[in-house]
Amino acid sequence: MEVTKNITKDSKIDLAVVSKIIRKHKDNTGGIIEIFQDIQAYFNYLPKEALQFVSKKRGIPISRIYHVATFYPVFSFTPRGRYIISVCAGTACHVRGAPLLLGTIQRELNISIGETTRDKIFTLEVVRCIGACSIAPVIRINDKTFGSLNPARLLRLLNEYRKELKYE
Amino acid sequence: MSEVIKSREDLKNLYCRILEERKRIKFSITICGGTGCRAQGSENLRDAFEREIKKRAWEKICKIKMSGCHGFCEMGPIVLINPGDIFYVKVKAEDVSEIIEKTIIKGQYIERLCYKGNDGEIYTHDVDIPFYKYQKRFVLRLNGRIDPTSIEDYIINGGYSALVRVLCEMSQDEVINEIANSQLRGRGGGGFSTARKWKSCKDAPGDIHYVICNGDEGDPGAFMDRSIMEGNPHSVLEGMMIGAYAIGSSQGYIYVRAEYPLAVKHLQKAIEDAYSYGLLGNENILGKGYGFDIKIIIGGGAFVCGESTALMASLQGEVGEPRAKFIHTVESGLWEKPTNLNNVETWANIPLIINSGSKKFASLGTENSKGTKVFSLVGKIKNTGLVEVPMGITLREIIYKIGGGIPNNKRFKAVQTGGPSGGCIPEQYLDLPVDFDNLSRIGSMMGSGGMIVMDEDTCMVDVARYFLDFLKDESCGKCTSCREGIKQMLSILEKICAGYGEDGDIEKLEEIAKLTAEVSLCALGTSAPNPVLTTIKYFRSEYDVHIKEKKCPAHVCINLIKYKIVQEVCVGCGACIKACPVKAIKGKKKLPHSIDEDKCIKCGLCKVSCKFDAINIE
Repeated sequence: MEVTKNITKDSKIDLAVVSKIIRKHKDNTGGIIEIFQDIQAYFNYLPKEALQFVSKKRGIPISRIYHVATFYPVFSFTPRGRYIISVCAGTACHVRGAPLLLGTIQRELNISIGETTRDKIFTLEVVRCIGACSIAPVIRINDKTFGSLNPARLLRLLNEYRKELKYE
Repeated sequence: MSEVIKSREDLKNLYCRILEERKRIKFSITICGGTGCRAQGSENLRDAFEREIKKRAWEKICKIKMSGCHGFCEMGPIVLINPGDIFYVKVKAEDVSEIIEKTIIKGQYIERLCYKGNDGEIYTHDVDIPFYKYQKRFVLRLNGRIDPTSIEDYIINGGYSALVRVLCEMSQDEVINEIANSQLRGRGGGGFSTARKWKSCKDAPGDIHYVICNGDEGDPGAFMDRSIMEGNPHSVLEGMMIGAYAIGSSQGYIYVRAEYPLAVKHLQKAIEDAYSYGLLGNENILGKGYGFDIKIIIGGGAFVCGESTALMASLQGEVGEPRAKFIHTVESGLWEKPTNLNNVETWANIPLIINSGSKKFASLGTENSKGTKVFSLVGKIKNTGLVEVPMGITLREIIYKIGGGIPNNKRFKAVQTGGPSGGCIPEQYLDLPVDFDNLSRIGSMMGSGGMIVMDEDTCMVDVARYFLDFLKDESCGKCTSCREGIKQMLSILEKICAGYGEDGDIEKLEEIAKLTAEVSLCALGTSAPNPVLTTIKYFRSEYDVHIKEKKCPAHVCINLIKYKIVQEVCVGCGACIKACPVKAIKGKKKLPHSIDEDKCIKCGLCKVSCKFDAINIE
């Protein structure tokens, strides 16, 4: 499913999309986690309106919806940026200098873990091991993985992403 | 063009047909498509090869394929040229036309692209390289050779023949007996006998039985399962089909981590292809009146979901909290039905055991641990990557013979196995044969197979702190002992790392560790103290230096270190001044610079920017 670009808190949430997702999973006995995944794949986060809609349509109390959704770290409840930077915090990355990378991004973008830059370009997240340990330390920007980084190389990479935006 | 395989004959005919079709292929170029190689540009490389082949109009005689992980990620992107089985490392798009001109047309190898050993020796074939030579590749046999998105590639390498054999020749009990004779133990960490699990599940009353593949490889520093799912997904499916037949199950689930999108893609394709050949899905696989479906479920990034009961709760769409196992999941698991859960690597072993026989499998390994084990050898090691070795090999052989030792002439300090539930093993145990029991005996565990090597620059107190910080987030919070115990141990370790350690802290850690291990419900809590206890046991002096002298011998703990410019070495080039984000470095051009300690945030940018190695950490 296409990720819609530049969704802000004010944009209206298209409930027809959510309705379609719910229909797709109507035969699943478990199912709600998969519904959340599809909603997040479309909106880039889990909008409150969408979760309320799922609650109503599936007859599941909203408290339970949040109980399940907040348990899983992959779900975000605030809109995320165009580029989601995931810093790998696996053991191999840790011993090869991941903490330095994390500090560099935080300073450079002036955001903490889980936050998005004001211009909605970058979101910083930490993941527990991407599984690319042999080229540690690694980060992932959206679905691209970058390995063998150090703070200097990381800064160059961030600049490349900024430049790419300018040319669009 | 695919047809439904209805019998042993059909599979044989299909095999012959694929073989016939492939006769026209004169050359094949296999590019490693593991996550490591992709990050190093292997997709661009494939495009470059494709353009070159198109230019020469060789599409009919040359096959380009993207394989799964070769394991030698350090040397990526890796390219394999056939005929000749020539193995090239660190290949770039610029090398493509030269490879075609020299290697494919003239049959010569290009020295620059071959792997060079420590002694300068040139290796043209992977099997001769020490990294591969001392391995025993059984489960990973086809990884790096076949195209994981092609069922035909799997079939032509003997794929699905084990399934055919099981369905046509063996009864359910015979299959279980064969696995029992192989003495296969679960590769996910627990090491429970696979056959016993299957038998208990088969014997459990109920008309519906489930089988699950646990692909929620949460251990940081481990990527064996990812590579198997990405590189040879059909082997996992075939294993599950055989297990499902033996147990009497008609529905299987594969629970995969959300962090592994490529694994999901390849598994999905494999399932679709298996359906289209009638190997999955219908009520009458191979005309034997037996049906089996597999569905992929993507996880939500919670480490605790690797625990069997938590995984099943998550599959049901609930919060992934483990439950007490007074009643085993083989009797009452998913939706309270008998459920058999095995790890990816365990499933991938099954077709191989059926094909090569339990005797051969059991001839490898030690008395109580048979077969091979895949490890992800990472951290401070020369040849990082994925290695498969027979059980009973020593840690020293893995680290020095296969891994090539520690880079930059540093000293080995410890090897961490078993993820957050495991422990750090010091040098004195390097000659210990690796198997389930030996690793447990010294306070660590086999785990799923992560093996993180640490050198003198790794701080063991920081490692313990790191794992607890990980577990603090991943504890589901159900048991007070786990939720609070981990938090309290972490706060003591953070205090020590920050330079505020006191006498008695170590004893307090040990006390909380004991309690946490004794009182918690699932393995996450009971094994959480392992990283703390093993580092205290084997590296107590490091704790003492942190607490008493307020120093970090490995120069890791930020509060206990200072960056200093060595005045005699500094040439005053100004690179560090430019790199420093907080303007803490001052100095005139061509004169030695200095760092203002009050301003320095110890980010390390100056050290990586210095070309003269003039910046030291004290």
